[in-house]
Amino acid sequence: MSGPLLDIQNLHVAFSTRAGMVEAVRGIDLQLAPGGTLAVVGESGSGKSVTAYAVTQLLDRAARIPKGRILFRGEDITRADPARMKALRGAAISMVFQSPRTALNPIRSIGLQVMDAIAAHENLPKAVLRARALELLEAVRIRDADKRFDAYPAELSGGMCQRVMIAMAIACNPSLLIADEPTTGLDVTTQKTVMDLIAGLTAERGMALILITHDLGLAASYCRDVMVMQQGRVVEAAPAVDIFRHPSHPYTRRLVAASPTPTSTVDELVGETPSVARAPFAVPREARVLLDASSIVKRFDSTLAVEDVSLTLKAGESLGLVGESGSGKSTLSRIVCRLADADGGRLLFDGVDIGAIPLRTFHESPWRREIQIVFQDPHESLNPRFTAFECIARPVRRLAKLTDGAQVKRRVEEVAERCGLSPDLLSRFPHQLSGGQKARIGIARAVAVEPRLLVLDEPTAALDVSVQAVVLKLLDDLRRDEGLAFLFVSHDLNVVRMMCERTIVMRHGRIVEEGESHALFRNPQAAYTRELLGAIPHFEPVQAATA
Amino acid sequence: MSALLNIGRRVGKHLLASLPALFGVVLFTFLLMRVLPGDPAAFFASGPNAGQAEMAQIRETMGLDRPIPEQFVRYVGDLARGNLGQSMTTGQPVIADLAERMPASLELTLFALVLALALALPLGILAALRPNSLLDHGVRFVCTLGVCVPTFVTGLLLIYVFYYLLGLAPDPTGRVDIFAAPPPGITGFLLIDFLLVGDLAGWKAAFGQLILPACTMALFVLAPLARMTRASLLSVLGSDFIRTARSVGMSDWRVVVVYALRNALLPVLTIIGIVFSTMLGANVLVEKVFSWPGIGSYALDALLASDYAPVQGFVLLIAVIFVMVNLIIDVLYGIVDPRISLQ
Amino acid sequence: MSATLRHAGWVLRGNPVTACAAAGAVVLVAIAVLAPWITPYDPIASNVPAALQPPSATHWAGTDQLGRDIFSRLIGATRLDLGIAVSAVLLSFAAGATIGALCGYAGGRVDRSVGRLVDVLMAFPLFVLAMALVAALGNRVENIVIATALINLPFYIRFARAEVNVRRHAGWVEAARAGGESHATIVLAYLLPNILPAMAVQISLNLGWAILNAAGLSFLGLGVQAPTPEWGIMVAEGARFIGNGQWWLVAFPGLALMLAVLCFNLLGDGLRDILDPRMRT
Repeated sequence: MSGPLLDIQNLHVAFSTRAGMVEAVRGIDLQLAPGGTLAVVGESGSGKSVTAYAVTQLLDRAARIPKGRILFRGEDITRADPARMKALRGAAISMVFQSPRTALNPIRSIGLQVMDAIAAHENLPKAVLRARALELLEAVRIRDADKRFDAYPAELSGGMCQRVMIAMAIACNPSLLIADEPTTGLDVTTQKTVMDLIAGLTAERGMALILITHDLGLAASYCRDVMVMQQGRVVEAAPAVDIFRHPSHPYTRRLVAASPTPTSTVDELVGETPSVARAPFAVPREARVLLDASSIVKRFDSTLAVEDVSLTLKAGESLGLVGESGSGKSTLSRIVCRLADADGGRLLFDGVDIGAIPLRTFHESPWRREIQIVFQDPHESLNPRFTAFECIARPVRRLAKLTDGAQVKRRVEEVAERCGLSPDLLSRFPHQLSGGQKARIGIARAVAVEPRLLVLDEPTAALDVSVQAVVLKLLDDLRRDEGLAFLFVSHDLNVVRMMCERTIVMRHGRIVEEGESHALFRNPQAAYTRELLGAIPHFEPVQAATA
Repeated sequence: MSALLNIGRRVGKHLLASLPALFGVVLFTFLLMRVLPGDPAAFFASGPNAGQAEMAQIRETMGLDRPIPEQFVRYVGDLARGNLGQSMTTGQPVIADLAERMPASLELTLFALVLALALALPLGILAALRPNSLLDHGVRFVCTLGVCVPTFVTGLLLIYVFYYLLGLAPDPTGRVDIFAAPPPGITGFLLIDFLLVGDLAGWKAAFGQLILPACTMALFVLAPLARMTRASLLSVLGSDFIRTARSVGMSDWRVVVVYALRNALLPVLTIIGIVFSTMLGANVLVEKVFSWPGIGSYALDALLASDYAPVQGFVLLIAVIFVMVNLIIDVLYGIVDPRISLQ
Repeated sequence: MSATLRHAGWVLRGNPVTACAAAGAVVLVAIAVLAPWITPYDPIASNVPAALQPPSATHWAGTDQLGRDIFSRLIGATRLDLGIAVSAVLLSFAAGATIGALCGYAGGRVDRSVGRLVDVLMAFPLFVLAMALVAALGNRVENIVIATALINLPFYIRFARAEVNVRRHAGWVEAARAGGESHATIVLAYLLPNILPAMAVQISLNLGWAILNAAGLSFLGLGVQAPTPEWGIMVAEGARFIGNGQWWLVAFPGLALMLAVLCFNLLGDGLRDILDPRMRT
């Protein structure tokens, strides 16, 4: 076939909002050859998803395309009429969406939904439709497809739902598949199987693939070409190999640097290369044990969330807690900072059995101040009715027992400055702050009372990589300067490796492997740890280069 | 087979779960009798001049001198035997009175519900498919007004327009024309009975009597039904799986009917339950306006005459109807939403 | 404070319907307060020779069967009807929000049973319950208030409970616990202020409902007694004359009821739109 499959020329997309028209996409160009693979990479608000929805005309009502053209196989589909678009969608251009659980009809069996997708374009008798749907479910490797045929989405895991979604998308052999963050929210091992499936099926059937993602690693592993977007514009478009080896645009360079790799250090993430490489942080040998949890058990109804877990943490040490969803890592972190009760086991802090202090009155105990926590979602962790100042000042008054207004003010401003917040931000409410600023406030609030142990529950999971980089750097600096101990909970192995001396890998509420971080990552003992490590998208575009 | 079994299990579970609620209502009506002013013994005494001895004897036979918990046990025992007491005003057992008037109320309420659904569902759906259109605003306007006018005012204004001004409706008193032949008593539902005996003139007359009170009630519940239909369909249409259905090129008809409507029906079902119980309450008002011989006006007359046994019986009956209606809704819900039966 | 007012002004300019409803509510309250001074005639003085006159320049809304001026009675009734509704709603709001918030925060078995009880109560024909309550407690205005408050209670409990429940495990509540705040502070200073805006919507919608309920009870002859001017009683008294074409006896009190309820409903809807544009129904 001659000419590109998809040719986008100077596309603009605008949304009418209360504040007037807002341009989400400001003139982008894109070419994709038949069978090609292209990753569109960008952080939130870059307009990458809007571009994809513009192609399939699935934008919401408030959106307009004031300028530009979208050519599909040479046909202008920018403003194609609904009937034409219906004929194209599914049959020529398909999409796979984020959050597979909500993308499927909850009260229709998955088999019927796949049959519906075929029937949308082909008039076939029921029996044939059923047979075809079954074939598709087998093609996306759903085990016992005939048994699962009548299952409802709620009975399947997120990964399984995404496979069904893929089956629907490829049902009529389209020539272009657009995958919009298809693995966001899925565990890293599931992510790998889903991405392998998409790559395999598109290659096998000669489909072109547009992968929309925020994850440079994914882009590098699965696509030949990469296009980087920022604030509605393309900043760089080149073959994946070139973009990662020699990023030319400063934004791309920052993005590449900020993405954690198996070898990067916290300093490298923020683009700093200290003249003298800082020595890896070492916990003094004689440091005493600060936290000693033994045989912790936690049940929810009848299922065990945490099953006989023991761990120790020395003063000033950083311990990583890694696992996929359902591993019990977050539950364990809440037990450790006494926000939840364990159903069994013993929790010693500095030799004192703090597990014996009832949860109901723990906020009055002197130990409350010693253990603080930073939460996952920085937005959700700030009271929408309090100013940033009040958020930080309240625990200072309650726990650090500062009553004098001027003293409190001084302490809050000190801590805020330490966390990189300028004083004028302190009078703002959470909704007037950016994600990164809110994350800093969450950290400032926790360290303002000078705790000895800081529990970090996925502190950067909701942040863009460039923001994650600076937040990680801040945490690392704080720890070195204040001698804090960290219990760092994360699903991201690269982050944990950078931030922690020791790592614990959890699965189904049990400890799978435990050890010194570098050794554990270099030479994992447990099969599950190896699987986890193998599933991290390769940042170096090895596959793309050899493909 | 397993589906039937599932439904059976749900019915059983629901009935069991509603036992505490029923018990609560029984306790409430019992306490009501205790709290209400007046001495029940005085009602049963031979006359206003009955002597202390006679009163005491009546108290003893009625068990009023026993401790309260024992009286409650006896009360529950009476209920179990279907004994709801006597009505002072009619002189009949309450249960017989209620049974006689029940069909009138049920026919009115069910007819009004069907009428309201027949109007509200299409209006809600159309409004959701064309949000912010003229039709949408029109529906919103009518619904907003409908819920603001009290039923008793709507009823009276309908009488004024259709009976006094236009002369279209018959004299708004009762279910049948006083001069007409008494209706056949088969099911007690006049519209069905007249059809069964093939009396079309009678059917028309009964329909004429029914339509105004039914419209009154339907207008009142039109708003919640239509608004919920619109809101629920609108939110379903904006959900991810509708986008999925459109992304594979399904026809609009299929997207709306197969994917959106069935999902949108779930909250509507819930609201139907609430609407039905609102109607049971509004029955009292509408029955008074139209002199409808149902359980509502019966209870009201008794209440105003300080005759409390019928009031208790009425509250209990409403509670039972309410449990049955919720049972039906629950079963329907289970049929529409497979996720429920999975749990 | 002035910033808040300015914001409210800006919001109302963008929502003319809500602005009208808010203005209407203010006018209603003003009428209720000023009633004794602005009625053209004595609302309960009968004047039999002038009975059943249609609306005219002297009697704007006509006269009733005893020759009383309906317009004056309408104005006089505003105070009583609004008074009943407002006090009933405030009572149930205060009790309901507290019970609901405490249950929602505490969680556990008590919370679950309260939740189930409230669900059952809400689906029960509450008007019937109110009738029975008034009958049991005695035919007085206070008892109408209590009955109306009691049947509104489940709504507030459920609402506050649900709103607190979704926030109970929010990061900022857990952070408050980690920050050493007492449970009382968390409920009062953190959770309640956050659910108040949503409760305001509920209050406004419930006011309309409470007015309808109180009028309904009086219409049936429960609660307020003649000759006190009250919209429900006025409709009940006028009902006898509707078949003779004397429509004004019913139409004007009906209109008053409708306008009052409409005001509060539109205000509630508007508040909801402002708080959450997605909730528009």
